[in-house]
Amino acid sequence: MMTYEKLLEKTALEDDRFVVMTAENRALVRNLPQSLGGRFIDTGITEQTMIGAAAGLALRGRKPVVHALSAFLTMRAFEFTRTSVGIAHLPVKYSSFIPGVLSDGNGPTHQALEDVSIMRGIPGMEVFAPADEEDLVEMLPYIWATENPSYVRINTKPSIITHKPYEFGKAEVIFEGADFTILTYGFMLENCIKAHQLLSDLGHKVGLVNLRNLKPFDGDLIQSILPKTGRFITVEDHFLTGGLFSILAEFLVKNNLHIPVSAIAFEEKWFSPGTLQDVIENEGLSPQKLVERIEKFIHNAY
Amino acid sequence: MNEMKLKELEDFALRVRKHIIPMASQGGCFLGASLSAVDLLTYLYVNHMQIDQSKLKDPNRDYLFLSKGHDVPALYGIFVELGWITKDRLSNHLSTSDHVYWHPNRNIPGVEFHSGSLGQLPSVSIGVAMDIKLRGGENRVYCVMGDGELNEGSCWEAFLVANAYKLNNLTFIIDRNQFQANMATEDLIPLESLVEKFEAFGLHTQRIDGHDFNQLASAFNRVDSISPNVIICDTVRGKGLPSIEARADRWFCNFSEKEIQELMEELVSGQVANLTAEKLVVR
Repeated sequence: MMTYEKLLEKTALEDDRFVVMTAENRALVRNLPQSLGGRFIDTGITEQTMIGAAAGLALRGRKPVVHALSAFLTMRAFEFTRTSVGIAHLPVKYSSFIPGVLSDGNGPTHQALEDVSIMRGIPGMEVFAPADEEDLVEMLPYIWATENPSYVRINTKPSIITHKPYEFGKAEVIFEGADFTILTYGFMLENCIKAHQLLSDLGHKVGLVNLRNLKPFDGDLIQSILPKTGRFITVEDHFLTGGLFSILAEFLVKNNLHIPVSAIAFEEKWFSPGTLQDVIENEGLSPQKLVERIEKFIHNAY
Repeated sequence: MNEMKLKELEDFALRVRKHIIPMASQGGCFLGASLSAVDLLTYLYVNHMQIDQSKLKDPNRDYLFLSKGHDVPALYGIFVELGWITKDRLSNHLSTSDHVYWHPNRNIPGVEFHSGSLGQLPSVSIGVAMDIKLRGGENRVYCVMGDGELNEGSCWEAFLVANAYKLNNLTFIIDRNQFQANMATEDLIPLESLVEKFEAFGLHTQRIDGHDFNQLASAFNRVDSISPNVIICDTVRGKGLPSIEARADRWFCNFSEKEIQELMEELVSGQVANLTAEKLVVR
């Protein structure tokens, strides 16, 4: 089975434009120093310098794939991303480790719950959120092929479904459903699939979409589903502000489209740290809890 | 350096100052900071770097990154003298129809990268120097920084990384004009002893008079071949115009046409201009 690390190694060995960089976060790239030699660059705990240096390497024609913990990759280095990578529109490819709930026991310092919001705000920056490792390795060749800067919420958990082939910028429809449609991305897909089963058992006709891309946003798909479903429910391990709920709202308002929308996200709060399973349970993101929250939306019609 | 070469550099730098001064009107510019950097930039572009108009996109050219972006009038004055841009573009300063504004950008031929946010370009320079080494290139990278810019922590982070990767093809140049935006550096965030600080960070360090072409020549010819280099250039803010030299309140300047005429006269005659323009200390 292809893994993130093997895919990156293969890509870099086939195309010497690729340079692998890390701000001493080697979890995903542990074996690459041996195979890539000088094209593996670890700048130490210096997210700002790594991103600035990535811009310099890209200026010379390289495609740096940069690695760090999500919170620091996005926020510590933000101005370097916005100013040196963003203004120059350089093809720096961000691999963001432990976004959303994946920071589990680290605490709020490490909780990247605003990464989608701040990265998509940069003109020209693309934002992606694969659901699992199979989705990730399916999507990455397309993401890395562009000359645009891109941000990927890395997620290497095993898949519980077989994904459809990826088409750049297009979402993946897992199920169609007349009553309402769950829109989700990244880590939350698995629990949404399980919640979908439980909701179907309760008699609901439930659609489910794996967004895959947050920017570009697959508005065409939203337009096509909208007449065939009663409500959208966004589910994300991100702040309510600036994530999928906001993206959808912007799209609907911009296009004068009308449909009820409910949201499951972190609203004006960080989450209590713990084991991943504890966090998911405690924050109401387990399949059973998702079902309860979604049924409340439907019965209370908000 | 022989007398003829010295005269050539001095004359070139004088002509660059004549391009810069008129930009300090009709909206103004960072005049003091531009004048302190003229001589070191003149030396690099005229007598040192491997770059000319035919090589502006040549991957084997030497690179200069102006991290202290607000002194860009000095860079543009040099580009005019080198024939890379026409003089009439300088009169488009602050016009939205051109790209000549308070900070550098790549729409102007010869500008390697945009700047303005201090502390950004040391790391970009590192990336370029790394790539040159990866490809076995012989070209060199110069990163011009302000002394006030050294307040930014990202500079010191970059020095650590430059040392770790032994980027001997990279030279940081500090325009040590003793002032940051509103105050003398030593009155706000003291920087001295700078030589010891850089040496402690593993950089090969030289300190020279940044207005003396002989000292510039010997420093740039004595860069170390093992470690990254830093050349601290002691300079005078506003150099060439005694009426604004070494003053905290003449950083950003916006003068009337009459004052500009007097300053142009002062530049060649030393006759001190009568300046009444509002002192702009905050920008």
